[in-house]
Parts: sequence; structure tokens; C-alpha cells
Amino acid sequence: MAELHRKLERTAIGFVLAIIGVSSIGGLVEIAPLFTIDETVEKVGDMRVYTPLELAGRNIYMREGCYACHSQMIRTLRDEVERYGPYSLAVESQYDHPMLWGSKRTGPDLARVGGKYSDEWHVAHLADPRAVVPESKMPAYAWLQRNALQTEDLSAHLVALRRVGVPYTDEMVENAARDAFAQAFPDSAMAEGVAERYGEDTNIRAFDGDPSRLTEMDALVAYLQIIGKLTDAAQKNAAGKQVVQAEEAE
Amino acid sequence: MIARLTIAERQIGLLLAGLVTLMGAALGILGRNDLLGYHGLLITIFGAVVMIALLRNIDAPEPSESRLSEYYDDPIRFGIVLTMIWAVFGMFIGVWVASLLAWPELTFDAAWASFGRLRPVHTTGVIFGFGGNALITTSFHVVQRTSRARLPDQVSPWFVLLGYNLFCLLAVSGYFLGITQSKEYAEPEWYADIWLVIVWVTYFVLYLRTLARRQEPHIYVANWYYMAFILVVAVLHIVNNLAVPVSLGSAKAYSLFSGVQDAMTQWWYGHNAVAFFLTAGFLGMMYYYMPKRAERPIYSYRISIISFWGITFLYLWAGSHHLHYTALPHWVQTLGMTFSIMLLVPSWASAGNALLTLNGAWHKVRDDATLRFMMVAAVFYGLSTFEGSFLAIRAVNSLSHYTDWTVGHVHAGALGWVAMITFGALYTLTPAMWKRERMYSPRLVEVHFWCAVIGTLIYVFAMWNSGIIQGLMWRTYNESGTLTYSFIESLVAMHPYYIARTVGGLFFLVGAAVGTYNIIMTIRHEPVPSRERMEALGAERPLVAGE
Repeated sequence: MAELHRKLERTAIGFVLAIIGVSSIGGLVEIAPLFTIDETVEKVGDMRVYTPLELAGRNIYMREGCYACHSQMIRTLRDEVERYGPYSLAVESQYDHPMLWGSKRTGPDLARVGGKYSDEWHVAHLADPRAVVPESKMPAYAWLQRNALQTEDLSAHLVALRRVGVPYTDEMVENAARDAFAQAFPDSAMAEGVAERYGEDTNIRAFDGDPSRLTEMDALVAYLQIIGKLTDAAQKNAAGKQVVQAEEAE
Repeated sequence: MIARLTIAERQIGLLLAGLVTLMGAALGILGRNDLLGYHGLLITIFGAVVMIALLRNIDAPEPSESRLSEYYDDPIRFGIVLTMIWAVFGMFIGVWVASLLAWPELTFDAAWASFGRLRPVHTTGVIFGFGGNALITTSFHVVQRTSRARLPDQVSPWFVLLGYNLFCLLAVSGYFLGITQSKEYAEPEWYADIWLVIVWVTYFVLYLRTLARRQEPHIYVANWYYMAFILVVAVLHIVNNLAVPVSLGSAKAYSLFSGVQDAMTQWWYGHNAVAFFLTAGFLGMMYYYMPKRAERPIYSYRISIISFWGITFLYLWAGSHHLHYTALPHWVQTLGMTFSIMLLVPSWASAGNALLTLNGAWHKVRDDATLRFMMVAAVFYGLSTFEGSFLAIRAVNSLSHYTDWTVGHVHAGALGWVAMITFGALYTLTPAMWKRERMYSPRLVEVHFWCAVIGTLIYVFAMWNSGIIQGLMWRTYNESGTLTYSFIESLVAMHPYYIARTVGGLFFLVGAAVGTYNIIMTIRHEPVPSRERMEALGAERPLVAGE
């Protein structure tokens, strides 16, 4: 073996090719099948996409690095299920480009945080975490309420997401900026369009409590309230019901 | 340094810097309504500064031909200084973010100062700023010395070094501004990623061209590791960063993969950034500087071969151990765990090979803090690879994952192994590069050594304790069969350890600052020639009172 290697050491190109060959096997075996094996991601009928406002909120969540302290992945362990809720399924992050499963829980997991607290609680907590939870280590995000939300390029965001496989319709793309406004203005005439495009269950309300302007706080709270609620597959799965739906069942 | 470039090289450099400036201006104009505009401006300024530096020396005479019979070390000297600047910066931010977890009010109501934005500044600052510059710098040194060949030209090493630092600047400034794609250790956005690919390809070609000029028939083992580092990091970087930008005028892009496939790709990248950036590259460093400093040959050539190919093959399978009990299919988790355990063999073979190399030189380890840095690094390498294999076992991971134990493990590797081997290498390299007999102050090397060891131990012990306590509290049930502790109770229990880790980090930072001072003084102070040497040189004897 040493003799063979002595030969290999004499050629830089040969060595390079050997490194490429040896190092690519693991990734190929573990990653490629995830795209081809059907059971990897459950097929469910009720999975919906993020509204433009929720998407903007998700981008704020990423921008502020919330994922550094909060996971969104409940593992299949008894204590986690009892603490946070039904364990996470692959389908729940099917439209997450990129996923935000996280790797550290300095704060609690957020995979089931949607609907767990009121909007008022979230706004008060984000503005001053220690006013709500005195022992908290979370930074204060009061300035989110001062920042107006940028909406003019949301259509372009939806188009980019459609390119990577999220099923946004032309109508959703065209109305993206308007829908973002409307979702936080329940009394406006445009609000109905949001429910029409994204479903009757869509949260349409003044998330930050101030209907007069659209802020980054609106977007982030809208996102937090939808986490874990894009499909109820995980709840069904926990209740022992069939999760995977046949195509024609829709 | 610029005067030592040929006139043609200065012109090529000017052209390249001009292109970068134009590219920055174009990005700035396209992204004027977006955060991207700031980065356009930064790139423009960077390119312009390089252009001005070149223009000021553009008329200098052509350097003499004798340069071609020597090694080209200017970029190495520059790189040593850059490495230490990034070390102090990255570690300072590390201490800062550690303090934020103990005292969360230190954010001045400002977005840029929150933990979430500063944490990637720390990780990028130390991994890519400090670690990356150390690797590029030492690789230029090692490849020339072990090949007995000069770098093939004088432009591409500067392009690699400066281009890489532009990437680091874009990354770090981006997080402050709120530009991130949120993938851990791969946060920079699409345009910075494309720029890094260009720099990295140049680096790879430069390395191969130098090897092609070698006067030695065999490629030395340190170069195997540097090559694996360059190659595999390129593949990882490209695949994990595939994304579709919102527009050419937007900093934001959406990654090509989603959900479970994205998670697997991310941790295939993440774990192998550890393997090929933080392990393979630094093993290359160890395989050159440790035997050099100890003046002993590598203990076993065969062990070198086995551990090199073992690491190159096995590591790429191990990433899925970051996703135990998640929505990732079970078979992938099992493969990840299995290969992680097997990894212990080549890892310990490398660590053992390093420590056995010191046989016959242990008295030097005792007396020489520089060699001791490298010895301790090898020990921490062995310890943290053992811990890594242990934590990859699914049952252990159920306790450790999401806790500070992982953070402790990472720092045992980053502080104990990566940083210590780098300091050992730099203390060997610096006097050689400036033609000094030794560092300005060996005593300060000693001070740095003890600061680093104490800091690492405090940090790692604090995180072991907090991680295990946290993991246990999360899964403790009371007699009635319900969870005993609320999440917030586990957080409160962490407080003393978060203070202890800040203190540990502070020790390490002080050590790095002492090291930087020592390196600067080594550069600036010509050693005072001893009287005997002056006599031998026939110099005038200084007048001494009383004679």
C-alpha cells in the first residue's frame, strides 16, 4: 500500500482526483436519495404557502438571527413532545427556503408557537422581553415597531421563491405588496383578497395593535403566529390519523 | 512590497483592482434602494484603496532578477498581521456576545448590537477571518518550503489574500447591516459567495502551479491536507450556497433547497466546514510546523497515509449526526452516527502521530512555549474528536443536542486545537519571516500560552456543566409523571456558567492581544547585536564609561 501511495504522491493531478473521488461518496449517498425517495417528505393536502406579510416576517426572523437561539424542530422524544407539542414532520418545512430548524435552544423551541400566545403578548415581549418574562435573556426588539415594513419588492420575492419550487400563483405574485398591507388591516376592502388567495383560516388583523401603519413588528408577529400552522399534519399524526393523502383525495 | 512586483504585475494588479472597483460601483448602483448599496460602496472603496496603493509605486524600477532564486514571502508577512487583527477582532466580539447572554440589556436599543446579529460576526470573524487567513498564510509558506519552489507569480497570491479578506469584510459588515442567508457558518449572501468562488479557484490553481514547480519528487503530507482543505471547501461552499437572488439589485436570495433536503445539505456543509476548514487545513499546519519546531521527523509515514484518507473519506458521511431525532429519515441519521464513530480511528491516529513525533523532544516542550502550544493543540484535537464521536451517538445526542454542551465541544476544538496550533505556527513563522533569531519576548509567549490554556479550560468546563444541567433539566420528570422544570428555570440555572464562560473567553482574548503585541514588536525591533557579534563584524566598539 505504501508503495502505491508513493506513486500517487508524485502526481498532483492524480492526488486531486483521488481526493475528489474519495470525498464525494458520502454526500452523494446521503443527500441525493432525499430528492428521489418519495417517503422523505409526507404528501399532505392542506399545506399552504406563506402570505407575503408572513414571508416578510420570516425574513426579519432570519435577518435578526433568531435561529441562533430558537430551534423550530421538535424531536421525536417524549419530553420534547410534552413540552412543545407534536413532533415536527418534514412536510412542515417543505416551503422553507432555507429551513430554520436551528441547532441551539438558548430560548425555547418555536415549532408550535403559532397561536400559543396572543398578538399583544408577542408585541409586549418583543418590545421588552423582561417586562413579560423577568428572567429572559432575549434582546429587546422595540425598534421593530418603529421600522416601516418594506413591501414594494415582495412580488419579486414571490417570483424568486416560485423559481425554487414554492407554488405561488400569478395572482399571488401580482397582489403581493397589497396583500401584505391588507393582512394587517382587517377592515380594508383588500382584506378579502388575502383570505381568498391564502385560505379562510389566514390570520388577518392588526398584529402590532396599531392599524395606522404597517411595521416590521406586524410582519414578525404574523410570521410567529403561523409557525407550525401551515398544515395540521403533525397534529393528525399525533392523534394517530393517516397523514399521507392520496392525490385524488384532494 | 509593491516595489518588488514587476512593472507588468503592477499593471495587472491595477487592472484587477479597477475591475473590482467597477463591479462594486455596478452593485452599488443596482442596489441603491437596498442594503446591497452599502456593500457596493464597500467593494468600490476596497478596490480604490488597492488601486491607489499600486499607483503610488507604479513608477518604481523593475525589481532585480535575483528575486526569482528566493521564496516569495511578502504576502505571508502581510497575512500574519491580518491573521492577528482578525483574531483580536473575532475574539473580542466573542467575549461581547458571551456577555450579552449574561447581561442582555447591553444592546443600546440598536439593531446591530443584538445577539442574533453579533453572533455570526463572532463565528465568521474567528473561523473565516482568523482561521482562514492563518490557513492561506501558512499554506503559502509550507507549499514553497516543502516543494523547494517559489510561488509561480506575484499577483495571484495577493489576489487570493486580499480577495479573501474582502469576502470576510463583506460577510461581517453584512451581519451588522442585517444581510444574512441564515445558514450557519454560510451566512454571506449570493454576491459574496460568487466572489469567494472566484478567489478560491485562483487559490486552487496557484497551489497546483506551485506544486508543479516543485524540486521534490514527492508531495509532502502537509500539502495533502492543504489540498483537501482547498478542494472540499470549494465543493461544500458551492453546493450549500446554491440560491436564486430576488434581483440583481437585491442582497437577498432564496436557497435552492428547502426543508429536509436543505437541512441535510446545510449540515453536510456545516460538519465538513469543521472537517476540512478547521481540521484538515490545520492538520496541514501541524504536519509542517510541529516537526520543524521539535526538530524531529514525523513519527510514522504510514499512519499519516491512513489518517489522511480516513478523514477524507469518513467525514463527509458524518454531517447527519446534527439531525438526530429530527424529520430527517432515520437511515441517514444512522449512517451519520456510524461514520462519526469510525472517524475516531483516523482522528486519534493523527493526534497520536503528532504526540509521538515529540518523543525525544519532550525537554523542548517543557522549555519552549511555542512547541507547547502545538503539543496542547494535539491533545485537544484528540480530546475533541473523541467528544465529537461520543456526542454523535444518538442516545447521547438526545441529551446534548440544542444545549451548551455542543458549544463547549466546538470551543474545545476551536480554542484548544485550531487557535493553539495557529499560535504555535505563527510563533515559529514570524521570526523566520522577519529574519529574527526568536520572538521579541519569549516570556510573553509563555504568558500567552497560560492565558490560552486557562481560558480554554474555564470556557469548556463552564459549557460542559451548563449543557449537561440544561439537558437533564429539560427531561426531568416528577413523581406525578409531568415535566419538573419550566424552560425558564433551565435558563436561570445557566446564568453563573454564562458569566464563567465570559471570563474564560476574556482570558483567551487577552492572550491573543499579548500575542499580537509580541508579533508587532518582533517585526519592529531589530535585535540589538551583541558586543561579540559587533566585534566580529568589525564594527566600532561603543564607548563605555570607565574604560
